[in-house]
Amino acid sequence: MTSVPAVVLAAPGTNRDVDVAAALELAGASVTIIPLAKADTAVLRSARLAVVAGGFSFADALGSGRLFALELAERLGESLGEFVAAGHPVLGICNGFQTLVRSGILPGPSSQAALGHNAHGRFECRWVTLEAEPTSACIWTQGIADELLCPIAHGEGRFHAEPDTLAKLAANGQIALRYRRPDRSAADGAFPFNPNGSDEDIAGICDPTGMVLGLMPHPEDHVLNRQHPRWTRGETSGSCRTLFANGVRHAKEL
Amino acid sequence: MGVRPSTCLVIRAVGHDPRSDQFLADAQALGISGLTAVTCTDLVFFDGTLSDKSVQLVSQRLLSDPLLRTVSPHTKAKAGVIVVETTLLPGVTDARAEAIVRGAKLVGLGDIGQVATGRRFELTGVLRDDDLQHLVSRLLANPVIEKSAIGEVTATFVSGDSTGPAEVVLVTSLSSDELLALSSERGMALDVVEMAAIANHYRKLDREPTDVELEMIAQTWSEHCNHKTFRAQITFTDGTTAMPLLKQLRAATDQINAPWVHSAFVDNAGIVAFDDHFDLAIKAETHNHPSAVEPFGGSNTGVGGVVRDVLGVSARPIALTDILCFGPTDLPIDDLPAGVLHPRVIRAGVIAGVADYGNKLGVPTVSGAIVHDEGYTANPLVFCGCVGVLPRGSNPTEPRPGDRIVVIGGRTGRDGIRGATFSSMTMDATTGDVAGASVQIGDPIVEKGLIDVILAARDAGLYSAVTDCGAGGLSSSVGELASTLGASVNLDLVPRKYAGLASWEVWLSEAQERMVLAVPNVAPLQAICDRYEVELADIGSFSDDQLLILRSGGEIVAEMGMGFLHDGCPTRNLTAALPSTPPPTHTSRAVPDLAAGLLALLAHPSLRSNQDVVSGYDHEVLGGTAVRPYGGAVGDGPCDAAVVIPYGTSGSSAMVLACGVNARYGALDAYRMARACADEAMRNVVAAGADPDRVALLDNFSWGDPRRPETLGTLASAVAGCVDAALAHQAPFVSGKDSLNNEYLTSSGERRSIPPTLVITAVGRVTSLDHVITSDLKAAGNVVLLVGSTRDELRGSHLDAVLCIDGPGDVPAPGPDAAERYRQMHRAITAGLVRSCHDLSEGGLATAAAEMVIAGRLGLTLTVDGDPVVRLFSESTGRFLVEVAPSDVDAFIAAVAGSVVVGTVTTDPVLHIAAGTESLTLPVTDLVHAWAGHVPGVQP
Repeated sequence: MTSVPAVVLAAPGTNRDVDVAAALELAGASVTIIPLAKADTAVLRSARLAVVAGGFSFADALGSGRLFALELAERLGESLGEFVAAGHPVLGICNGFQTLVRSGILPGPSSQAALGHNAHGRFECRWVTLEAEPTSACIWTQGIADELLCPIAHGEGRFHAEPDTLAKLAANGQIALRYRRPDRSAADGAFPFNPNGSDEDIAGICDPTGMVLGLMPHPEDHVLNRQHPRWTRGETSGSCRTLFANGVRHAKEL
Repeated sequence: MGVRPSTCLVIRAVGHDPRSDQFLADAQALGISGLTAVTCTDLVFFDGTLSDKSVQLVSQRLLSDPLLRTVSPHTKAKAGVIVVETTLLPGVTDARAEAIVRGAKLVGLGDIGQVATGRRFELTGVLRDDDLQHLVSRLLANPVIEKSAIGEVTATFVSGDSTGPAEVVLVTSLSSDELLALSSERGMALDVVEMAAIANHYRKLDREPTDVELEMIAQTWSEHCNHKTFRAQITFTDGTTAMPLLKQLRAATDQINAPWVHSAFVDNAGIVAFDDHFDLAIKAETHNHPSAVEPFGGSNTGVGGVVRDVLGVSARPIALTDILCFGPTDLPIDDLPAGVLHPRVIRAGVIAGVADYGNKLGVPTVSGAIVHDEGYTANPLVFCGCVGVLPRGSNPTEPRPGDRIVVIGGRTGRDGIRGATFSSMTMDATTGDVAGASVQIGDPIVEKGLIDVILAARDAGLYSAVTDCGAGGLSSSVGELASTLGASVNLDLVPRKYAGLASWEVWLSEAQERMVLAVPNVAPLQAICDRYEVELADIGSFSDDQLLILRSGGEIVAEMGMGFLHDGCPTRNLTAALPSTPPPTHTSRAVPDLAAGLLALLAHPSLRSNQDVVSGYDHEVLGGTAVRPYGGAVGDGPCDAAVVIPYGTSGSSAMVLACGVNARYGALDAYRMARACADEAMRNVVAAGADPDRVALLDNFSWGDPRRPETLGTLASAVAGCVDAALAHQAPFVSGKDSLNNEYLTSSGERRSIPPTLVITAVGRVTSLDHVITSDLKAAGNVVLLVGSTRDELRGSHLDAVLCIDGPGDVPAPGPDAAERYRQMHRAITAGLVRSCHDLSEGGLATAAAEMVIAGRLGLTLTVDGDPVVRLFSESTGRFLVEVAPSDVDAFIAAVAGSVVVGTVTTDPVLHIAAGTESLTLPVTDLVHAWAGHVPGVQP
C-alpha cells in the first residue's frame, strides 16, 4: 500500500513542522516540509493532506498568523480553497490554526472568529485535557471518545467569536475540541484547565465540511508513550495518535 | 536623522489589554501608589507621506481585527489622562516594523519607506512629578533601547550620513599615560602593558594603526574573548605559584582522558559521544552586563548567542538551560543604587527575554534555576546553556585557502558595538547611558533560518568550516577562522541595516543572528539560503599569507599579521591572596518550630517553585522531552534533571541534563562551593538515572575584579575545586566560560562585587528509558532510604538564610566516597531497585522529603536520630532519598553502601518527621501552599 503524500507548510518562524511531520509519518503519511518560499500550487496539488504547522511565523509581529495568511494567499491563490473544496484533510495547529482563521478558511464562509492574547496576558506552556465533541462534523476527531492529553505552547490562543457565531458553530457541528478538567468535567473557563480564557472552552474548530481542523494545543507532541507527562508513573492515557490516523485515513480513502 | 513622521497610528485592544494589568501591578510594586489605571496601546510610525487610502489599507489588512484590535489616527490625550509614549531608538531591531513593511508589499502598497513602532501608555491617577519620572525611566521605557516622552514621542529614522573608510590613530609616540587615556577614550579596556605592546608593534612596522586595526586588537585581546585572567601567571601572596587557571581545567580533562570526549575547550562548544552514531555539543555562556542595562535584550541575545555556539559546531540545538541570579524583588525603590534597574524589572525582563528567544526559535527550555541574593542587585547574572546533537564526524573545522568567506543571517548595524570590551569593564552609574550601542536585541526568527540553513548545508557538505558571529563580530569570527591562514575581506560587501557605518563599526558590530562559513562553492549554499529566506553575502576569501587584509571604498583599511593579533597579547602576571573563611557573626542557631522552619525554607525565593516562570517557557517543542522541569502526580513536583531524547536519534537512549549553583557558599569558602556545585550537578543527573561514568561538565564562573588579590584568590580556589571534583568523579570539563569584573561602582565610589558564583552544568545519558527515575513518590507501603552521611554542615545553609543569621559550623565538604556511591546508586537503578529518587541539596533532608511528598501527593513518615536541626536542614553533599519496594530493600542496602532505612510512604498525604525528641507534621496542602502558593493554577 502506498503511503499518503502530505505537505507541511512552514513560514520563517514556524518551529513545530518537524514535530507534526513525525506524527504524520507515524500515522502512515509520507511527509514533505515546504518552506514558504517554495510553496506553490504545484506543491499543494501533489499532496492529499496539508498541515499548516505551529510556531511563530514572522514572530507574530502583526498578530499571530496574519503575515503567514497573506503570504499563503499570495503564493497559493485559489488553490488552497480548491484543495479544501476537493475534500482533502487540512490541519492547522497553533500558529497554523491562527493562520487558517486569518485566511478565512476557518470557521468558514460568513463566520468570523479570532484568537486573541491569552486572558492572563502571558505565553503559557502546559499539558491540557481535551475532549472531542461527539456530534462534531470534524473528520480528524471522529470516533475519539477517550480524552486527549497534549501540551499547549502559545501566547495568543483565546478563541473568541460573537455569541450568534458561537451558536451557529455549535449547530453546524463545527466545534471539534474543548478544554476539560482532568476528570473530564467542564472547565467552565477556569484556569489552568481552560488555559487561555477561550469562549466556551473551545480548543479547536472545524470548517462546515469537517475536513479542516484548527486547534491551539499540540497533539503532535503526544503520539508516543514516553511523551506522556506521567509515563514514569506508568500512565498511558490520552495519546493523540488517533487524530493523525483519522486524517491520513480520510486522505487515503479520498 | 530626525524627520518628523507624517503618519502615526494607534492600535488599541477591543476590550481589555492584559498587558495593562501587568504594568499597573509592577508600578504598584515599585511603590508608585497614586496610579489607578494604565491603558497600554501600540504605535506605528510611517516615514514618508502615505495617502489616506494607503493608511486605510494598512490599518484594515495589517493592523486591525474586528474582534481584537482597532486602529485610529494618533490623537492628543484626553483631559485627566497622562500620556507617556515610547519608541525604539534607530538601529534597534524592530521586528514589527519589518513585518509591516513586508505586509505592505503583500497588500499591494509596494515600498512604504521606513516604519517604526512604539507604545503609548494612558495613565490615570494622581502622580507626583518624581513618581511619574520614575515610572517612565524605570518601568515604561528603557532609555538604552527606547526614547520616551511624557506626551507625544517622535520616531527617529536613520538616514545615511556617510563616514570615511578609516582613520589613522596615533599611538607610536604616546606616553604611557596617553596610551591609557586612549584605551579609556575608545572603550578598549586594555591596560598599560597591552597598550605599550601595540605601540611597540607599530613602531616596528614604522606606521600608525588605523582605527579598524586598533579596535580589532582591543576586541581580540579583551578579557571576554582572550580570557586573560584564566591565561595569567598567578602568584599567591605566600610566594607560591599556580598554573594558569585554564591550563588546570584542561589538564584535568586530559588526565581523565575519556574516550567519549571528542572535543574539549577547542571549538565553540564541547563535543561528547551520545550513542554509536551521534554526538552531543554542549555549551553555556553568561550574558550579565547586557542584562543589567537591558534585561530583555540581554537575556534574549544570551540565548541566541549560546545557540549559535552550538550551531557553530554544526549541531542541531535541542535543549536550553538558564540559571538566573537577581537581587531581592521587594527592594525598596529608595535603596536602589543610582543608574540601576529595579530587581523586579530586571527579573521580569530577563525571564521574558529567555522565554521569547527559546519559544520563538523552537528549542525547548528544559532546565534552570533562579537564585535571589542582595549581592546581585546591581549586577544580575544570566547563564544560558544549550545542548545540540550532530551525526558523528559531521562538523568540518578546516577552512582552506581560496574558500569564500560567507556571512549568512541578519544584517549588520550599529548594535552591539564594542560589546566584548564593554563586558570586560566594571559598570558604574552611567553604564546604562553610555552602553546603549553595546546592547543587542535578538531576532529569533532569523536564527531559526540559520539553523535550517546550516543543517541543510552540513548534510550536503557545502562548507569546510563554520563559526558563530558573537562577541567581537566579524573581527572575532573571521579572525579566528583565518588564524592559521590569512584572509582578504571587502567590507563594502557586508549587508547593512542602514547606511553611515564606519569601517570599524562594520567589522566590530555584534549585530545578532549571523554565522560565518568557509565555502568552496557558494551557489548551492545560496540555493539553500533562498529556500529558507536567509540572506547570504560573499565578503572575501581565505588566503595562505598569514595576513588579514580589509578593504573599503577601494582602500586598504586594515592589514594585520595574524601572529601579532592572536599571540601578541602580553601574558598577565596576577597576584592572588590565599582565601580564608570569615568567622560567623552568630555563635548559635535555634529553630524553635521545625515545621515553621521547613515552610519558610520551601517559600524562600531561591527554593520555592518556579513553575510560574517555567510555564512561560516552551519545554515540549521537538517532542523529545521525556522528563520536564516539573512533573509527578499532578505535574507540580520538582524534577532533579531534564531528560531529553535528542532529535533524530533512535529513541532508546536519552540525554540527562542538570545544573549545580549556590550563591551562599562562595563568599565563605570558594573551594567547597565549587565542590558542592559539581557534586550537586552530578547528583542530579545520577538521581535521574544517568551513568556517573559518562558525565561531561561545563563550568561558568561569574566573579568580581580579578586584579584584587582576594578576588583572584577565591577564583583560584574555585578552579582548584572544579579540578578536584572532575578528577574525583572522573567527569571531565569539556567547555567553560568566565565572566569577570561583575562589580558595580556606586555614586559614592564604593565598589560592590557579586557573590562569587559558579554554575556547573552536567550532561549525562541513560541507555534505556527504563533507567529514568523521577522524584515523585510512587506508592504507599514503599520504603524510603537515606543514602550518604549527614554532618553538621550548616554554615552558609539556606536555613541560615531564612533565619537571617550567619551561624556557626562548616560549609559542606566534599565526601571522599561520593563517586563510588554514585556508581553503586546507578547499579541499583539499572537493576530496577529504585522507584523514586531525589537529591538532597538546599534546605537539606526536610526540604527534599517535602518535595517528594508534593510531587507524589502521597505521605511520608520519616524517623532520624541525632540533632534535629542538623538532621533536617544540614546541606551535606552526596546524599539522596530513595524510594524502594519493600521486597527490594535488602538488595538495595547490599548494593549501596551507607544507605539507611528512614521511613515509609503512606496513603495519607502528610509529611511526618520524627527527629530525636522533636518532630514535625505537615499536610501536603500546607507544603504546596508554602512552596507553590504564588504559582497560578496550582491546586493544593
